[in-house]
Amino acid sequence: MKTLPVADVVIIGGGWTGLLMAKELGSRTALSVVVLERGGARKTDDYANSMDELDYAVRLRMMQDTSLETVTFRHSSGQRALPLRQLGSFLAGSGTGGAGEHWNGVCPRFLPDCFELLSGTIEKYGSKRLPEDHAIQDWGVTYDDLEPHYARAEQMMGISGKAGNLRGKQIEGGNIFEGWRSAEYPTPPTKIPYFSALFREAASTLGYHPYPIPAATTSQPYTNPDGVARPGCFYCGYCERFGCMVGAKAQPTNTLVPVIQKRKNVSIRTGAWVRRIVQVDAKNGKRARGVTYLDAKGEEVFQPAELIFLSSWILNNTRLLLLSEIGDPYNPDTGKGTLGRNLTHQVLFPAVTAFFEKPLNRFMGSGSAGVRVSDLDGDLLDHSKLPFLRGGVLDALSLGYRPIANFGVVPQTVKATWGLEWKKAAVHYYDRTGIILFSGEHLAYRGNYMDLDPVYKDHFGDALLRLTLDWRDNERNMAEFATGKCVEIARAMGAKEVSLFPGLKRYDATRYQSTHVQGGTIMGRSPDRSVVNPYLQHWQIPNLFVLGGSALPQNASTNPTLTLLALTYRTADAVVDRYLKSPSPLA
Amino acid sequence: MRRREFLTLSATSVGGVLVYTLDRQVSRLSAESDQSIRIPLRFFSQVEALTVAAATSRIFPGDENGPGAREAGVVVYIDRQLAGPWGRDRYRYTQEPFEEHAPPELGYQGKATPQQIYRQALKDLTGFDLLDTAAQDKKLKQIEGTLFFSLLHRNTIEGMFSDPMHGGNIDMLGWQLIGFPGPRMSNYDDVDKHFGEAFRPKPGSLSQVTRGNVRPSEDEV
Repeated sequence: MKTLPVADVVIIGGGWTGLLMAKELGSRTALSVVVLERGGARKTDDYANSMDELDYAVRLRMMQDTSLETVTFRHSSGQRALPLRQLGSFLAGSGTGGAGEHWNGVCPRFLPDCFELLSGTIEKYGSKRLPEDHAIQDWGVTYDDLEPHYARAEQMMGISGKAGNLRGKQIEGGNIFEGWRSAEYPTPPTKIPYFSALFREAASTLGYHPYPIPAATTSQPYTNPDGVARPGCFYCGYCERFGCMVGAKAQPTNTLVPVIQKRKNVSIRTGAWVRRIVQVDAKNGKRARGVTYLDAKGEEVFQPAELIFLSSWILNNTRLLLLSEIGDPYNPDTGKGTLGRNLTHQVLFPAVTAFFEKPLNRFMGSGSAGVRVSDLDGDLLDHSKLPFLRGGVLDALSLGYRPIANFGVVPQTVKATWGLEWKKAAVHYYDRTGIILFSGEHLAYRGNYMDLDPVYKDHFGDALLRLTLDWRDNERNMAEFATGKCVEIARAMGAKEVSLFPGLKRYDATRYQSTHVQGGTIMGRSPDRSVVNPYLQHWQIPNLFVLGGSALPQNASTNPTLTLLALTYRTADAVVDRYLKSPSPLA
Repeated sequence: MRRREFLTLSATSVGGVLVYTLDRQVSRLSAESDQSIRIPLRFFSQVEALTVAAATSRIFPGDENGPGAREAGVVVYIDRQLAGPWGRDRYRYTQEPFEEHAPPELGYQGKATPQQIYRQALKDLTGFDLLDTAAQDKKLKQIEGTLFFSLLHRNTIEGMFSDPMHGGNIDMLGWQLIGFPGPRMSNYDDVDKHFGEAFRPKPGSLSQVTRGNVRPSEDEV
């Protein structure tokens, strides 16, 4: 094994959070920073020829190669897990920028009450109301702690939107339920296409408070505080599962990499597949000494480092710590151990498929162009008489619909699924079909967790990560309730026929839901119940920080990227202002 | 090396003017002529190709309102996909043990590749293209619940609506049928207009729009 000279900082994974940390430390300090990314290099120019639905959206050209590594899955502890042989319910990215390259760019803040979920829920409803096997927790940070960092993340990406709460003053037309914000959005909302406009009108009539979805795809040209300029969106609609060919959609390669490239103290090594974090016993406890990886040529390398950030997406963050034997693996039977606990996804599904008389021209759009209703989110409803806790948002996105994924959807009155009758109906309805999505909060449960699979291996022979995950009645009841609300809106929009989501039964790993998977290395105030402290610093190993969605104690109904970036900014401040002066536990 | 197999299509069997991109060659046939074109097959035998052409055209038939799978060259698309990385399971996790009777929520768990699934199923459908359409529909009805049929159904839609560089959607017939314009660099001036009325720009394929040299995944070695 080749041993390289020691680096001040090693960052494992070159996605949103890893590259943001690289940019912050690279710009604000003289430290040598090495980013290890196991996928290939990427840049905006690569995306000019990517507007091909088959190779990108169906064959998933930008995603992790499951022939090398995947996860195994089962619904509950007693079952035998099987590998997810192809990606399905979530899409892990690969290459510079990670999943931040192929996202849609829907970019809201979380509601303030999400951060104190356990204490807030008990205070309002009493602990008896919590599901019996829940594992929900407070985060250890509050919305007020994060607000300045939310604002920085929005400025960095140039988020398009309309404020609904400016320093406590409610503003109609924005999300009046959002937490206070110190500043208006950096750019105005995106254009609102026809289907979303119909939804906005109907929702208003029914008494909801619809607002334009906050979008990381900027509505107009924008230069961020780092001096990085991007054009406005052209509404081509090739966003999710694609890279943006003009750079209007904020992606790590067009916001962070341009800054990093100007810094001589930061380097990004692609094709570097990290296999272990090496820890040692030091005088005053354990420390991380460096990482071993295979480089692009397949040679084994040891990279020593003073400070390590693990930012390799939710599932791999957890797996790499398990494989490196860092921390205490969670045991669902005893409730002891922390690593791997609180696996959550998101209660996301097409609540209503609505069929209209008039064409929608739905090929036009943008991944985050649309209208959202938050009236049912968080704890905005009184849940004392409802059969579930928490809630979610209703979305009418005009994200640019493409035919392979969307052709063939017909009203339930058409029974055929192939042949002439089906074809006629499918052709007629192709551009007359609209979808109202529901994104709801997924609570954490003791029985939903991650550990290492005893049977299946990756291409190196290392154990795959095993997911144990299923829905509970809270999610099923929430889904049923939300579907009913969406039907009312669809009818008010003038839909001639509607198809309802059949309901959540068992977790379906084949239906794409979202790439918003959370947990495994969760943050919290106590080392007994969390892996990292509120600064995302490992409780046992102070020179190791774990960034990204693995830190979230539970899902918070809406899209998490902005929150993950806000947490990363907060960690960067704590590292620069405090840790580097005196390397020790920050909490 | 297997014997080179060809699929011969006459101009009248496909709709109107035909534009094929075959090995980077463009051929044009006119429906009024008796020209025909020989397409080199990458995976299917000629017999298999005729069966697939017939079956996909029952799943997605042409009729007086518009073309279907036969006119759009869906069989050519499927042939190339099967010969490419998808047909070989290049990106699927294929480590043992396999479990053929897994819960459906965990996805396909079998060992067989798409190539093997097609080859096996097509053996049982030998002579399918010679049946009349009622008998063909009856036969398809019998296999509706099989993995092969679900692949064939999905591949038919892909072949109708993927970019013509993949071999199907000839002349962008599929896109024209549903009013999809293909990739467009900008909808900026139109995205918030045309409310309630059809806006149907002339379709363009990816290579027409970007003028770039795009390498489709099925050509990966």
